[in-house]
Amino acid sequence: MRKLKNLIMTGLLALATLICLLPLLLLLYYVIKMGISSINLDFFLNNPKPMGEAGGGMLNSIIGTIIVLAMASLIGIPIGLVTGIYLAENKGTKLAEWVRLATEVLVGIPSIVIGILVYGWLVKSMKTFSAFSGSIALTIIMIPILARSTEEVLLMVPHTLKEAAYALGASRWKTQWMIVMKTAMGGIVSAILSSIGRIAGETAPLLFTAFGNQFFSTKLFRPISTLPIQIFTYARSPNIVQNRMAWAGSLLLVGMVLVLNMSAKWIGYVVLKRRNK
Amino acid sequence: MKSDKLFKIVLLLFGVLILAFSVGIFLQLFSGAWKSIQQNGILFLIKQVWDPNQEIYGALPFLVGTLVTALLSVIFSLPLSIGSSLFLNEYIKGGWSVIISSMIDLLASIPSVVYGLWGLFVLVPYIRIVENWLFQNARLIPLFNSEPYGVGILSATVILLIMILPYSISVIKEVLKMVPNDIKEAGYALGANKWEVLQKIVLPYIKSGIFAGVGLSLGRALGETMAVTMVIGNRNALPASLFDPANTLASVIANEFYEASSTLHVSSLIYLALVLFVFSFLINFMMRLILKRINAGMIRK
Repeated sequence: MRKLKNLIMTGLLALATLICLLPLLLLLYYVIKMGISSINLDFFLNNPKPMGEAGGGMLNSIIGTIIVLAMASLIGIPIGLVTGIYLAENKGTKLAEWVRLATEVLVGIPSIVIGILVYGWLVKSMKTFSAFSGSIALTIIMIPILARSTEEVLLMVPHTLKEAAYALGASRWKTQWMIVMKTAMGGIVSAILSSIGRIAGETAPLLFTAFGNQFFSTKLFRPISTLPIQIFTYARSPNIVQNRMAWAGSLLLVGMVLVLNMSAKWIGYVVLKRRNK
Repeated sequence: MKSDKLFKIVLLLFGVLILAFSVGIFLQLFSGAWKSIQQNGILFLIKQVWDPNQEIYGALPFLVGTLVTALLSVIFSLPLSIGSSLFLNEYIKGGWSVIISSMIDLLASIPSVVYGLWGLFVLVPYIRIVENWLFQNARLIPLFNSEPYGVGILSATVILLIMILPYSISVIKEVLKMVPNDIKEAGYALGANKWEVLQKIVLPYIKSGIFAGVGLSLGRALGETMAVTMVIGNRNALPASLFDPANTLASVIANEFYEASSTLHVSSLIYLALVLFVFSFLINFMMRLILKRINAGMIRK
């Protein structure tokens, strides 16, 4: 009886694991199946055609996503890194504990609330939706994530290395820059990549900031089209051609995010392996 | 040294910046919502009607929509996440465990709008079949007694359930790693088999960790916007059954914010955002506290 129970429970636990895997497989299967047929040269090289006409692509959204992400990374990476260094360097002080709490609060804020905030701060005063305000919204999401993972990576650097540098008379920031950062480089790159992956698919914060644009635009202070927003619009459209575009856009977006995440994981893994040697 | 002082000051500056920023968020939301707060007061939370045309604003339908979908999805995800974390940590070791774990982790990186698309075109039709069957055969149960559309509370719950799995699984797995080996071995030494050790020793030991995992995924589920907006049906009324189209705090903001024209409408939507912010702040704060206590406790032992 006890043996039977043990066996049944083993089976049930394995089943639970399988069920947890199923959604990922189904999701990837459908995104590839429904999206692949619309991925062609037109998709990458053309702007959307007006509703009802066949053809057209998502060039404006692809470029828009790249612009918004690049700008968000440009602002977010330095701030995130320095905050991470601050947290790692001042572990245990009261202020650092507060800052850590603040980063945790920021991570937990629903992304739509960030959208509302940036709308209030930027869009309202600039009187227009813009690529810039979209980037700022994504930056706000990126900073706490990057800060926390940077802190974790830096804390793994052995203390003895730092002490050796101090013993040689190196100053604190020189030690930080030349010893700690260099040692932790792989981990930091991995943290940066995965934080970009995190914001690449964000949609809600862009709704009231970057807004969307039917046309091709690279202007920073004008509304811009991005992949996630375009997928959202096309998914709700009654038009089948646009629905198909939504799937193709999703395939591209998921591909992008997965590549970013996998390379982050891979780098992390390589670093770990080298350290264990 | 001068450069060192500068280094310290720059670091401090950034730290304080983040801190000021979090306070700024609260202030900004509060001032944006001020007009609606003045007009509706705290009763906003229990008023049942949300009708922008007549400038009547009450948050109850969205509070109910948010809490019901979030709580149901967390409850139903619990056996799955506990089961698979146990399986991945205790039954299979090494390569396979790592591969399966990282595949489940990938669930967390899929953009929410893609979940929405998949939910709308793949999941909802199946859910409608289930709902139709329940409606025809189990209508007497009040939860199942309204005309099914497919989109609605149930669809949103299922999508949320899938989306929060990786979060609770990663927390529970972290806590499982902290269970000391000797108490497990003591169990085996007494002749208990694997399941008995898990059930009587491991699970009680990680109770508070599971609680924290539940809380963190609850925080996720509360604020999830795009996927829910796409499958919940967007109706501004109090849902009466599991099949009813509804709205959550986040989804009504996503739907109405950019077409809101009257200042009171905008302000009321920001009020909703403030409520959402306070909710998720409290939950995250409490759960981090619990996780911290667990960590500290483990180190002392």
